[in-house]
Amino acid sequence: MDSTYGQSVLKSLAWLKPAVFILLLLGAWQMEVFLHPQQLLPGPWKTTLGIVDLFPRGLIVRYIVASLFRVTWGFCLAVLVAVPLGLAVGWYRRVEMALNPILQILRPISPLAWIPIAILWFGVGDLAAIFLIFVGCFLPLLLTVINAVQSVPGVYINAGRNFGLGPVPLMRQVLLPAILPRLITGLRITLGIAWLVVVAAEMIAVNSGLGFLIVDARNAGNRYDLVVAGMVIIGVVGLLLDTWVRSLERSSLLRWSFEEKQ
Amino acid sequence: MSSSASARAAMAIHPTLPSLPIKLRTENVGMAFLREGKTLPVLEDINLEVGNGEFVCLLGPSGCGKSTLLSAMAGFLRPTSGAILIDGEIVRGADPRRIFVFQERGVFPWLTVEGNIGFGLRKLPSKERAERVNHYIQMVGLEGFGKSYPHELSGGMKQRVEVARALAVNPDVMFLDEPFGALDSITRLVMRSELLRIWQAERKTILFVTHDIDEAVQLADRVVVMSARPGRIQQVVSIDIPHPRDISSPRYLELRDGILGQIGLAHRL
Ligand SMILES: Nc1ncnc2c1ncn2[C@@H]1O[C@H](COP(=O)(O)OP(=O)(O)O)[C@@H](O)[C@H]1O
Ligand SMILES: [Mg+2]
Repeated sequence: MDSTYGQSVLKSLAWLKPAVFILLLLGAWQMEVFLHPQQLLPGPWKTTLGIVDLFPRGLIVRYIVASLFRVTWGFCLAVLVAVPLGLAVGWYRRVEMALNPILQILRPISPLAWIPIAILWFGVGDLAAIFLIFVGCFLPLLLTVINAVQSVPGVYINAGRNFGLGPVPLMRQVLLPAILPRLITGLRITLGIAWLVVVAAEMIAVNSGLGFLIVDARNAGNRYDLVVAGMVIIGVVGLLLDTWVRSLERSSLLRWSFEEKQ
Repeated sequence: MSSSASARAAMAIHPTLPSLPIKLRTENVGMAFLREGKTLPVLEDINLEVGNGEFVCLLGPSGCGKSTLLSAMAGFLRPTSGAILIDGEIVRGADPRRIFVFQERGVFPWLTVEGNIGFGLRKLPSKERAERVNHYIQMVGLEGFGKSYPHELSGGMKQRVEVARALAVNPDVMFLDEPFGALDSITRLVMRSELLRIWQAERKTILFVTHDIDEAVQLADRVVVMSARPGRIQQVVSIDIPHPRDISSPRYLELRDGILGQIGLAHRL
């Protein structure tokens, strides 16, 4: 009894440490702003007021939904194309060798470099933003899947074949589950990229969403309290997305891969 | 003395072999790999006949091509020359009628014990499938672990899962590649006697690769002794001792020492 009590105290203490640290940081920030009142950058208090200010207008909810909508589409399209393609490319060595130079050239190009082309093809609007997210997610995901397929131990493939699986059942019943742990990690990282890209895309290619909120607040009268408020909201939503995918990672479906690694 | 014993062993034919129909035959099988631009001959001129229901051990030093030969027999690899025939037909690929048992590495970590053992039974109705899975779980002594994942099992238990998964599809032939090599010596002995028990109950044709002379002499009807690379068949020794074998009997020691002598090792260290 005593020890569980001690453990729970320890747990709340573990939670306490970062909380104290954050409070200290916020205090320092507030102090800094207090000492230099002439600058435009808001302190934590003004930022909080900014966030509160955004809610009654309903705008913020609409902007979050708009951003999530674009991320969902861009990300899902990338998954739908990259995963089957990656399975096939990873499986057929020759295709991989043919494709590899192109992939290596495309890879270092920032998705933001595609902004002019996105606007040229799709105009200013949702499609351009979705396209940019797609571009940002597609390559990392494709490369993750190709790599994962190529590192599946040969015994699994041979065993699957030995029990009479043809190519398609082999992909579904052996290859896909074998790469699932890496795939989920890849999906989590890619979703993070999508969330980075959507903000940038919205600053240029559309006029709604959290990225637009930030540029708009600056352009319409230097409302830096709203700029920082927008940044905080972007951080919080991104964190929630990441937490959600991490909980998928830990689901019972993937328990084996976690235990294997330990 | 040891040379006369080996000479006798070399001439001995398996007592039951002539009455057994031929299950597997290799004809002048040769295998070479391309490595750094050079061809590396791994197997040369392998001629072997295995009777239906026979237990044959392939014995040889590491790297002599035992796994390669077994993979070719299972249809994972094509021989560079010669042919492998099973039931009179040339082997052209993997087939569920002949299952390869890897060391426990072949168990699928994302499936439970039940899922693994039922893996080859997808086409059966679920009730029948569950019955078969249960039957083999019992046969290999894994009752109560049906819902466990492989990472929750010991090496020996995973090896049982592999064997059960193979048996469940009722193959005619089983290829086992050093299946107990990674187990501790006690578990290995237990697994050997369980494999014999299962083999006596189900009478599969078994090709069993090992580099352990005692293991070969304890298990096999015939031991195929291979030479170092490029692997050739050096000698085929019939083990004419009925099961259960007394591993301190003079005949056992004679046969074992004959093989030791054949591969150029005295049995004194
Ligand atoms: N796919 C391959 N490519 C090139 N060399 C191989 C390949 N597979 C096996 N070898 C070589 O063939 C030889 C025999 O290997 P193997 O059949 O695994 O031997 P054993 O099972 O008797 O230890 C080894 O020298 C090994 O390096
Ligand atoms: Mg081997």
